[in-house]
Amino acid sequence: MELLFKLFWSFFKIGAFTIGGGYAMLPLIQREVVEENNWLTSDEFVDILAIAEVTPGPVAVNTSTYVGYKKAGLKGALICTLGTILPSFIIILLIVIFFWGYRGNPIIEKVFLGIRPAVSALIFSAVYKLGKTMKLNKTMIIGALLTIFSILFLDLSPIVIILISSISSIVYFKNKEKKI
Amino acid sequence: MNILKLFISFLKIGAFSFGGGYAMLPLIQKELIDVHGWITTKEFIDILAVVEMTPGPVAINSATFLGYKVGGFLGSVAATVGVVLPSIVIILIIAHFLSKFKSSPYVSWAFTGIRPVVLGLITSASLTVAKDAIIDIKSFVLMAILFYLTSFKKLHPILVIVLAGVVGVFIY
Repeated sequence: MELLFKLFWSFFKIGAFTIGGGYAMLPLIQREVVEENNWLTSDEFVDILAIAEVTPGPVAVNTSTYVGYKKAGLKGALICTLGTILPSFIIILLIVIFFWGYRGNPIIEKVFLGIRPAVSALIFSAVYKLGKTMKLNKTMIIGALLTIFSILFLDLSPIVIILISSISSIVYFKNKEKKI
Repeated sequence: MNILKLFISFLKIGAFSFGGGYAMLPLIQKELIDVHGWITTKEFIDILAVVEMTPGPVAINSATFLGYKVGGFLGSVAATVGVVLPSIVIILIIAHFLSKFKSSPYVSWAFTGIRPVVLGLITSASLTVAKDAIIDIKSFVLMAILFYLTSFKKLHPILVIVLAGVVGVFIY
């Protein structure tokens, strides 16, 4: 019981202080899970990051499910995940219930006219940073361009594109392996 | 009925949101704007701005927010549960068979193919958002400056949005 509560509380804190999403909160997760509570070793933590990269869903959610399962089974997995998502859930509900109605106000409208280009800049910046860390080669650039074309002009679903690309990549590498 | 549709939409979004929050934007756009018409593109961008400024993973925040807009409190619960459920199930399976999963070449082959797609998905999201956000020269210049500050000066996203809001009041 005490362990479950500690797990819940750690991940509640992680959920509450993850601002900007993604990798900004890795140091916090690492401190709670590896350094303070010894729930995972450093190596296990790196493994989880690798898994989080190749599975869908937010890193915080993936980590919390994994740690919870490892420490306290299915119950632990659910409690940790609940802890991670509860702060966001509460904060967003408060915002949408109490503040969203003010959007019609002319000053707020001006604020949003300024904010919209900022959102656009943040996403362009994510593209830039991702492209930089990916060490792009010609095939990857073609893959990315094909994706953009299929989304914007062919109106293909992202799900279909992900499935096609993963299957064709497996077929390609499997054939290459056979030749060697 | 809408609640069930909302749940299924976010289940799909959760299952295919590789590479972090932004990569799922085109999927959210498709499901909520194009297919169901539950929100407009402008509302979507404004929601993104709020999501950027509040703590928590982008996927969870957007699900709660969009779920509430479409179906009230129940909608927000349905969307949030829907978006995390695929992660939970997948991680539980992996945690159970970790060693097998890690050594499978098929997994790494598949992801070699998915990585450029993620980049393409985020780029198309940024183009769609830009189409509605960049309405004149002023907003274009603002966007360019903020892009520079976030990409090269590592300005915090929260500061970027607050700054942009203040600038908006002065230039419009």
